Amino acid sequence: MVTFLQVALDGILSGLLYALIAAGLSLIWGVMDVINFAHGEFLMVAMYLSYWLGFLWKVDPLISWIASGVFAFLIGALTYKLIIRHTIGKSAMAALLATFGLSMFLKNACLYMFSPNFRILNDTILGGKTFSVGGVIFSLPQLATSLFSLGVVALVYLLIKKTRLGWAIQATAMDKEAAELMGIDTERIYVLVFGLGGACVGIAGGLLPSYLATFPDVGGLFSLLAFVCVAMGGFGSIPGALFAAILIGLVEAFSGFYVAPVFKYVAVFGLYLVVVFWRPRGLFGW
Amino acid sequence: MALLEIREVTMKFGSLMANRDVTFDLEEGSIVGLIGPNGAGKTTLFNCISGYYTPSSGKIFFDGKDITSSSANEIAKLGAVRTFQVVHPLKEMSVLDNTLIGAFLRTSNVKEASEVAMECIKACHLEEMVHRKAGTLTIGQKKRLEMARALATQPRILMLDEAMAGLTSTEVRASVELIKSIRDQGITLLVVEHIMEAIMPIADKVVVLDGGEKIAEGPPKEIINDEMVITAYFGEKFAKRLKEAKLS
Amino acid sequence: MLTRKHISKDVKWWIVVAVLAALPLMGVLPSSYTEHVLILIMLYGSMAQAWNVIGGYCGQTSFGHSVFFGIGSYGAAMAVVTFGFSPWPGAMVGALLAAGVAVVLSGPCFKLKGHYFAIATFAIVEIFNRLFMVWDWVGGALGLDYPLVEEGWMNFMWYDSKKGYYYGALILMIFVFGVVRKMEKMRFGYYLLAVREGQETAESLGVNSTRVKLSAMALSAFLAAICGAFYAQYNFRVDPSMVMSLDMSMKFVLITILGGLGTFWGPLLGAAVLIPLQEYSRAFIGGMGGGVDLMIFGLIIVLVMVKQPRGIMGILDDIAMKSREKKEGDH
Repeated sequence: MVTFLQVALDGILSGLLYALIAAGLSLIWGVMDVINFAHGEFLMVAMYLSYWLGFLWKVDPLISWIASGVFAFLIGALTYKLIIRHTIGKSAMAALLATFGLSMFLKNACLYMFSPNFRILNDTILGGKTFSVGGVIFSLPQLATSLFSLGVVALVYLLIKKTRLGWAIQATAMDKEAAELMGIDTERIYVLVFGLGGACVGIAGGLLPSYLATFPDVGGLFSLLAFVCVAMGGFGSIPGALFAAILIGLVEAFSGFYVAPVFKYVAVFGLYLVVVFWRPRGLFGW
Repeated sequence: MALLEIREVTMKFGSLMANRDVTFDLEEGSIVGLIGPNGAGKTTLFNCISGYYTPSSGKIFFDGKDITSSSANEIAKLGAVRTFQVVHPLKEMSVLDNTLIGAFLRTSNVKEASEVAMECIKACHLEEMVHRKAGTLTIGQKKRLEMARALATQPRILMLDEAMAGLTSTEVRASVELIKSIRDQGITLLVVEHIMEAIMPIADKVVVLDGGEKIAEGPPKEIINDEMVITAYFGEKFAKRLKEAKLS
Repeated sequence: MLTRKHISKDVKWWIVVAVLAALPLMGVLPSSYTEHVLILIMLYGSMAQAWNVIGGYCGQTSFGHSVFFGIGSYGAAMAVVTFGFSPWPGAMVGALLAAGVAVVLSGPCFKLKGHYFAIATFAIVEIFNRLFMVWDWVGGALGLDYPLVEEGWMNFMWYDSKKGYYYGALILMIFVFGVVRKMEKMRFGYYLLAVREGQETAESLGVNSTRVKLSAMALSAFLAAICGAFYAQYNFRVDPSMVMSLDMSMKFVLITILGGLGTFWGPLLGAAVLIPLQEYSRAFIGGMGGGVDLMIFGLIIVLVMVKQPRGIMGILDDIAMKSREKKEGDH
């Protein structure tokens, strides 16, 4: 029973982290119908920033996430300005492939600058700390990251649903031209949305070095999982992405533990296929 | 037996009744006009006949065969081909290639298909555009391309969905001539049309839809005088005035 | 008009083939490295052309082709390594199997729209990759290493000289490009374009779009698998991450798009630009540290997508258009 709870806890905690990564992707996808293939590389770059801040100046990830979030916001906004803006209205795949090119560039730039070595931060405030409740072990850095992720996802959701800016974003997503006629500067909205999408993944990346190694390829799997969360949750639906992310975290943890570690991604991606074959617009899609 | 039989076709979208118990026949070799105000359910009925929707209830027979739940491509193969109200050119393909797609329904030989396609292109007066990309045509040309493409499939029934909407009056006259010449080749036509002046003189029969239901059916002369039709089109007040005017 | 255009394309094609066939005989290739680069151009050009059938002509962007490629390479490798036999029948079985797998998987996938389809194809690659990792019969994560076998066409294996592979790649290219050339001129080729340009319209004209897409996917997978068999023979080994990976899938897509989607020459042009760039930059600036070649690769993709998503063929079209306008302006 304790093992079962432990596995479930691990699943939920990783699910919450995936949710934050997926929320940024979902926002961009929902508003602009663009898949940002470099999403995982934004995460990786944010992790490196947090790592170097920690390694060189002893800044703890608990603080670095602010810098990482801001940095990734800028990368996102810049990506929109320099790349995405020029692909809109061309072929449907142009933006996806352009961001794939960007992901190759970022990954290999980091490989060139920082070598493929795994880099681990020691002596972080939360590093290695655990506590146990009834035999179930909680890893403090993971717990903190996950709860923090949940908080940020909730904030993003509230921003979209409750604020004037959020309404402008929703209007732009529904009908760009109508939104423009209503006096919304859709260009600015797009920059902001890409920036916010980057910031979400940047915050996640800023927190991760407290318990995860940083290396150039770290983003790949995260971005694939985020794609799956977003698509499974349903086009542009943040609650959907959150639900799907937790589901995926659980499936990953249980299949990894009770079947075999190699099967966890077979199960996760298989689940995606089953869901979309059954509901082609995702669980919460319309 | 009529070539196309529509029997009590009902189409529901949720609680919205787009068609209710529509029944009529299409006699071989005739031109049948399907008219009605906006939102009368003409296009929905068209989509049911051509296999894009499966009716909620009712049956459709083509040449005695039940095609109610056949797919669009099967119905086209049997010989009932449609055009679209909103033109759908295959943009990156030339006018010839567009028409070839239609002609390939009856032959897989490129040379034979090209000959058929060229004939249809000429019939629709597009011969000067043969190698132009379909996306670059004007709206009138695109409408004619829709027709050429459908003709190239050598259909038995050609179903035109507002083939004349948005055309200049010269283009409308040319289309009317074209429709007559298609009929003279022995092809049956079902024509959804808004422009009454265009359809009334050439139709053998007119079916009027309003609010999803058939409210009248008959030769154009009768239809023009049908009170319900006038009411549907011009409103009750006008119908009353017209009646009073006639009586006095 | 129609036929004249086709003939001139055919003439150009046979000139390219003749030049490639003559190069090694004339002794103008400076090194076996140049030969290696040319082999890769022909191989990757063929792979891209195989993908072009479904991705370009039929407009269905599949990111799953490394699965078919992988099945083909495992077919050849298992014939040699596991059964101690010639790779030819293995390649054939692999190609047919790939076509079958393509049909089975594509059926449900084609019901998905846009990004949902793309992500489903990623998911399939990941699943196959993991399953092959743990499947001992096909060598698991370690893969299959070729034993030393007798050189020659029977085993499609050469050790000292690359001449055999060179002509093998040329034949592969003639085959794949020939099939596509033939397809372009057939009803099937026109149907592919019609489905890409407007599925609803195609249906209204009697085209069974589902069957067309499935056939195109099967053909595309078949050709990709044959390329995979060559790849295994050329590298003397195969393992899951080498052939069945997202990166490999991306190569199919990127080369085609760089060259020009849905065009006959695009895949070859794309490979002729990207492969030398990748190979020579790896050789020359590789010493500066890993990653530089792929950084350049990534930047080029970004630039092409931003500036001219129709790729090299699009750029050539623009140039031709400009010079024609200039000529007309002169008159």
